[in-house]
Amino acid sequence: MNREQLPRRVLELVTAIAPDVEADSVIPGIAFRDQFDFDSMDTLNFAIALQREFGVDVPETDYARLASLDQCVAYLAERLA
Amino acid sequence: MQSEFRLPALGADMEAGTLVEWHVAPGDRCKRGDVVAVVETDKGAIDVEVFVDGIVRELLVPPGTRVPVGTVLALLDTEAPAPAPEMVQAPPRTRAGEDAGEAIQQRVKISPAARKRAQELHVDVVSLRGTGPEGAITVQDVERAGPSPQPSPASVGEGAAGMRAAIAAAMSRSKREIPHYYLTTTVDVSSAVDWLAAHNAAVPVTERLLLAALLLKAVALACRDHAGFSGFHRNGRYEESPVVHVGVAVALRGGGLVAPAIMDTATKPLAALMDEFRDVVARARAGRLRASELAAPTIILTSLGDSAVETVLPIIQPPQVAIVGAGAVAERPWIVAGRIVPRQALTLSLGADHRVTDGRLGAHFLARIAGLLAEPAKL
Repeated sequence: MNREQLPRRVLELVTAIAPDVEADSVIPGIAFRDQFDFDSMDTLNFAIALQREFGVDVPETDYARLASLDQCVAYLAERLA
Repeated sequence: MQSEFRLPALGADMEAGTLVEWHVAPGDRCKRGDVVAVVETDKGAIDVEVFVDGIVRELLVPPGTRVPVGTVLALLDTEAPAPAPEMVQAPPRTRAGEDAGEAIQQRVKISPAARKRAQELHVDVVSLRGTGPEGAITVQDVERAGPSPQPSPASVGEGAAGMRAAIAAAMSRSKREIPHYYLTTTVDVSSAVDWLAAHNAAVPVTERLLLAALLLKAVALACRDHAGFSGFHRNGRYEESPVVHVGVAVALRGGGLVAPAIMDTATKPLAALMDEFRDVVARARAGRLRASELAAPTIILTSLGDSAVETVLPIIQPPQVAIVGAGAVAERPWIVAGRIVPRQALTLSLGADHRVTDGRLGAHFLARIAGLLAEPAKL
């Protein structure tokens, strides 16, 4: 996967976990939690989805780095490099 | 023998629901527990199961019809000659052990707006081919398949406003009828927090647990040890439930709240309990709970652990008689052996029914939950 596709794919994973969230409405720089009440269950499901999709095992201690779309893309880019 | 399949009440104040679709046709064989219909209620779209084995004789209510609770929806023949074995195969159902991701994959990919439109137009979304991202069904796909773009009166009264009205009605009834008492206690949950962190670091991501899973188990076990908190108060008397089904309050992102049960919570190992918890939250938010899950809770756990709230003073959902609340875990100064040390603290609360128990019994019950959390490895 190239770098340009990463944000779009991550966004698809977020909206699969939160099907009531419209992809177009997600603001990349603002925490998921502050935009649509992403909670600890959502974060766990997100970590599971990232493992499935990218093979990246996100330890709990790194959850804070998945807070927003921008942060998450940066984190994945680092882990996939 | 003939059996009537009626629209069940899915909460103290549900009066009606709209039949959205049938999963069976006349002549189909169904088994106890099979989902045979989807009903749109103020708690979202609910999968309704049958409670007998039988063969569907007649469907009495067509999709799109709004009917009161108790309406006979279909007739079943319950004593029929045994069919060929391959006919008895129940359709695969979402079970514990699958994770939320798979549960989502099994459902039709459809936007909330399109699902709403499909209900209005009585379009069976299962038969549609989606043109949206990853084959998701869009509003346009639904409208193309629909008969004519006219809204149906059947959809009036459900959705977010309907759910809000139902919550208000249930809570008003609770405050009117139930003489509540409230207790709170702040406990050191450092051992549970540390145990969770160590556990979650050691297992694959799919096997990680949330603190809420430990709370669910602790509440269920405490109910087995202390009578008067897990059951129903009906017709002027309290009946303890022989099996503890802890309901978990799930906040919906559009606003609103549902509390489906984790069935037989006390006997489930934490891993299985967590799988079911994840599955039930995913389905609550996708609007696909089963009727039995909404009717079953004998007590509810409401956890506001993801917010900055310290204490929740929870209101009982009738006909239950108790509800346990949990605030957020936070590091607090704690006195251990005469010294101030930082510990992870959690405020547990109890709303309980004075018709059944008093504060002293409630205090024992809360203390038992705290004691169970102090030894997480035994949960």
